[in-house]
Amino acid sequence: MSISDDEVRAMAKLARLAIEESDIPIYAEQVSHILELVGQMNDVDTTDVEPMAHPQDLVARLRPDRVTESDNRDAFQRNAPRTEDGLYLVPQVIE
Amino acid sequence: MSDQFPSSVAQLAAGLRDGEYSSVELTKAYLTRISEHDDALNSFITVCDESALAQARAADAAIAAGAANNLCGVPYANKDIFCTSDVRTSCGSKMLDNFIAPYDAGVVERLNAAGMVMLGKTNMDEFAMGSSNETSFYGRTCNPWDLSRVPGGSSGGSAAAVAASLAPIATGTDTGGSIRQPAAFCGISGLKPTYGRVSRYGMIAFASSLDQGGPMGRTAEDLALLMNVIAGFDERDSTSLEMPDEDFGRLLNKPIENARIGVPSEYFGPDLDAEIGALLERAIAEFEKLGATICEVSLPNSQLAIPAYYVIALAECSSNLSRYDGIRFGHQCENAVDLTDLYERSRAEGFGEEVKRRILVGTYALSSGYYDAYYRKAQQIRRLIKQDFVNAFDDVDFLIGPTTPDVAFTAGCHSSDPVTMYLSDIYTTAVNLAGLPALSIPAGQVSGLPVGLQLIGNYFSEAAMLGLADRYQKNSSWHLSHPSEICAGGPS
Repeated sequence: MSISDDEVRAMAKLARLAIEESDIPIYAEQVSHILELVGQMNDVDTTDVEPMAHPQDLVARLRPDRVTESDNRDAFQRNAPRTEDGLYLVPQVIE
Repeated sequence: MSDQFPSSVAQLAAGLRDGEYSSVELTKAYLTRISEHDDALNSFITVCDESALAQARAADAAIAAGAANNLCGVPYANKDIFCTSDVRTSCGSKMLDNFIAPYDAGVVERLNAAGMVMLGKTNMDEFAMGSSNETSFYGRTCNPWDLSRVPGGSSGGSAAAVAASLAPIATGTDTGGSIRQPAAFCGISGLKPTYGRVSRYGMIAFASSLDQGGPMGRTAEDLALLMNVIAGFDERDSTSLEMPDEDFGRLLNKPIENARIGVPSEYFGPDLDAEIGALLERAIAEFEKLGATICEVSLPNSQLAIPAYYVIALAECSSNLSRYDGIRFGHQCENAVDLTDLYERSRAEGFGEEVKRRILVGTYALSSGYYDAYYRKAQQIRRLIKQDFVNAFDDVDFLIGPTTPDVAFTAGCHSSDPVTMYLSDIYTTAVNLAGLPALSIPAGQVSGLPVGLQLIGNYFSEAAMLGLADRYQKNSSWHLSHPSEICAGGPS
């Protein structure tokens, strides 16, 4: 299984990763190697095998719907690269 | 680590309680050792001199007041994946180079409540993605047995620090072998608990259905002591097991006559280094001599573990790492022209090569048209692998085999083709896919480099596994071997 330069560009777009044009063929080759490795899965017949999403076959635990957290905005925004008046700053989105 | 202090956590804790030395004295001795030796090893990303001494003073006060827990005042090293509210948590990445978590991880809360002293945060592969510590933004950690070799990964900093006696014990996390493989490469003991035993709250996510925290130390007894601190239900982790607390040391110093141990034939194939194979045969004979029953078993889908693991782990990684947007926390690029540019360049600059590679593969496996061929297929194989273990545990209580196919490799030897490094995980990933507990203990040396023996147990069998490992260690001395060049001349 090999993957083309265009497919790498498409994946990079989906994953929001800027990749230098000169690095695209390198990624294509390396990703293809990984896909070759995982391609061994096709050697086995898995018809009627139920997919296993999780090690525990448990239902998700529910909790009462009540407030457990107070407002921690200041603490959280201490890690933000850019804030102003308690808001996160981003490049202009709407003209 | 020296004539002044014993090397095991059990003995250190007893000495503290008996007043033979204070936690401040002990902590200073370790901090001195770190300052003398870690330039060579690079096992710590952050050393916490001041906060460690403050914690040590508080521990001494608690011990004096008779209000101390078992491990109160014992120093430890914390993998830099566990969030700490006062100390930067980098996860080995430029992305989080400035990140100070607004809260403590569940594991850290427990360590603090026990009065343990955090010496620092240990080096690791970036976002725990790697088997050598070479993907860390902070430079590679060296193996204390041979500085030109890797310590394993991703918990390589914790393993190297314990092996070189820069800390008596450490935390690690294991997604596909990241506790066991570095433990094997550095000649220490490490336990990956049953999935759900140790809270993932505040443990930075790589692959959520596989990630599990655990202890890394010199002996099985020390692992049990730290498990008693870090394991337990946490309602803030949706997959935390709701089980009563237990004493993981309750089966130490017990005979093992009734233990039935299976040897999976697939783990002793041509991939395994012949000298490691021979050492393991001797270790298995030792278990038999101690009274265990040994028989051969089969895990027929073993060769599929690596392919299924890399699809599932990378799919989950691509999803988990989408949170790093460069806006709310983490690295942000300069002069973004629009929002997409800000996302794409912040992530490209903040993530290293291996992380980007894995995100791309994971994105591919989850993308429209490929989901069934990759992700669904891998989940089906995951069930086959789990069923192999379920069948084996019908006949035996434990499985025994190698932790790694070879001893620690030379730094840089896998850099031309990253996939070749993935194969060093062939004996460890299946356990994570199934969610089982497993541990690695030292069982010999090849050319002066440590060899790890892996024990795999059924769900929730940690105490019995630790009892078995303890029995072996009480009758062998590999766990007492120290790397000579680093350990020569400890503090006086």
